[in-house]
Amino acid sequence: MLLAMKLKVAIAAVTLASPVAVTMAPVTSIGHRDTDAGITEIAAQTFQYRSAGDFSRNGKPVEAPLGEAQLTGHLKIMTNQVTSREYASCVDDGGCPRIPHEAAMADRPMVGVSWRDATAYAEWITNKTGIVHRLPTDEEWTFAAGEKIGDDALPLVDPLDPAQAWIARYDVEANRARPGALDPQPAGTFGRNRNGLNDMGGNVWEWTNTCFLRMTLQPTGATQVTNTNCGVRVVQGAHRTYMTDFIRDPRTGGCAAGVPPANLGFRLVVDDRTWPRLRRMIAAAVS
Amino acid sequence: MITRRTALLGAAIAAMLVVTPALAADDLKLPRQSVDLVAPPFVHAHEQATKEGPKIIEFKLTIKEKEVVIDDAGTKFQAMTFNGSMPAPMLVVHEGDYVEVTLVNPDSNTMPHNVDFHSATGGLGGGALTHVNPGEQVVLRWKATRTGTFVYHCAPEGMIPWHVVSGMHGTVMVLPRDGLKNREGKPLRYDRIYYIGENDLYVPKDANGKYKSYETPGEAFADTTEVMRRLIPTHVVFNGRVGALTGKNAMTAKVGETVMIVHSQANRDTRPHLIGGHGDYVWETGKFTNPPEKDLETWFIRGGSAGAALYTFRQPGIYAYVNHNLIEAVELGASAHFKVEGEWNNDLMKQVKPPGPIPPGKSSALEGPVATQ
Repeated sequence: MLLAMKLKVAIAAVTLASPVAVTMAPVTSIGHRDTDAGITEIAAQTFQYRSAGDFSRNGKPVEAPLGEAQLTGHLKIMTNQVTSREYASCVDDGGCPRIPHEAAMADRPMVGVSWRDATAYAEWITNKTGIVHRLPTDEEWTFAAGEKIGDDALPLVDPLDPAQAWIARYDVEANRARPGALDPQPAGTFGRNRNGLNDMGGNVWEWTNTCFLRMTLQPTGATQVTNTNCGVRVVQGAHRTYMTDFIRDPRTGGCAAGVPPANLGFRLVVDDRTWPRLRRMIAAAVS
Repeated sequence: MITRRTALLGAAIAAMLVVTPALAADDLKLPRQSVDLVAPPFVHAHEQATKEGPKIIEFKLTIKEKEVVIDDAGTKFQAMTFNGSMPAPMLVVHEGDYVEVTLVNPDSNTMPHNVDFHSATGGLGGGALTHVNPGEQVVLRWKATRTGTFVYHCAPEGMIPWHVVSGMHGTVMVLPRDGLKNREGKPLRYDRIYYIGENDLYVPKDANGKYKSYETPGEAFADTTEVMRRLIPTHVVFNGRVGALTGKNAMTAKVGETVMIVHSQANRDTRPHLIGGHGDYVWETGKFTNPPEKDLETWFIRGGSAGAALYTFRQPGIYAYVNHNLIEAVELGASAHFKVEGEWNNDLMKQVKPPGPIPPGKSSALEGPVATQ
């Protein structure tokens, strides 16, 4: 059990490793291109990335560092979110848990899915096609989102007064706009971004594979991870948030304010640099 | 039920018969004061203690049937209201004052209504004397003979609970003329007052489990009654909708300020709790002749009553004010927030060590004490 856990964390760490490169990429004029299977390929370029997770310095919470990042290669990602019809095929095939949804919504994004459901779909389609599909990391999603990404930095406040940071966060959350429509909409309703992807930051938030990390910033500028919780994953969309992996229907309430993700859905990246058979063996070993 | 057409006909006849507007009979030789009501969670300006003698205090309650949205999913609800808010506004007077209420039922409404004041004596709290059809108004006067916070609500024969859980309930606060006192008789004062009305709502669902919406209250009646009879609300909210008192509408206060929180529930028991705070002085049953209880963590508000709590905020931050049936607070909506500005007091609370790895040794979970059998 313990060994399996450690293995799982190690694999997660490999998946999550933020592939930050220091060199500037040559600016390509191609940018992105559609492939025939609803996959868009985006050429690697540097992009601004604010790390996910909680950061502290000398025991006091601080803003997550913002820096330049670059993926190690081209990113191949679904142009649209996975639809209810696509998810239903996985259910019919015994690969995904059955989740009730309206038949009229078959060609709209599948919503009401947990990270576990989305991961089951990725495994199913990987086995079916022989091509590795997986959820994007938070870095990959941020890169793909392009101009649709919002910065979630908080106003700087007196770190000695915990209530100030708390009130500042509350005000940011309370000022978020609510999506006009809550039901999932046809693909393209929320526009195509500069990378050719539909509905990034629309009314369906997307699961990523990135775990919740607690990190300490060292005086040297290095980051030390003090806790990794893969029971909580980063969810991306009009704003970034963190969700427990079995949640299908996000909501606020109790002490939280503001606007929760209207819906939870997903899109996958295609990872044709990984050997699918090896991944299946690893998956079998840890489960 | 009186249909809109017969009601309109009645109104037309009434208009022919009444030549001059009815004036309240001035049988009492007392000064009059007219008060403009404000929507909750706020309360109209008032003296906490008064040196003046009893007065006739005039209020106007205008009934509005209207569609409202009660949650973030956009669920529509056929509300019935006094002055357009859920709950209805709070009326504040002093013991010995006369409350003179003009109850207006505009002809844009579809149903007859009335009002029962728990603070009034006789005549079903006024319910027997205040039936008004659409297009009518009535003036009722009652004497505030006892102090405290009291519910008022619509009470038309045959459909009292439906009118109440559709939003027709409010609060009267009768203050002692010399103000509030603690058990030892020392005066108690507040810097701010907030008025929270808790609504238990019963919204019918269709065959697919989606909330149904209706064009008029009348059309919602049969289905709603069916849900009501099962006694499990679909929504339990403060001030008419999920999140009405959160975010940009969170209640505010400053460290050092004493806040009076009046909690009113016209139909169903509840148990307010201020997360991170307390009730310094609580009139759980809302009646000020009884000495307030001190230092409460949670207080009980009986369905059909209003209670009052005083709290002096000692620490800044966000406080959730909830119905401490937490299922009702979080799943059904009964949560409000206070945003309190001020300076953090490390003596009252301090995060001695932030979350971090469990150090090896005694405090390690793996090496901690093991339960023996």
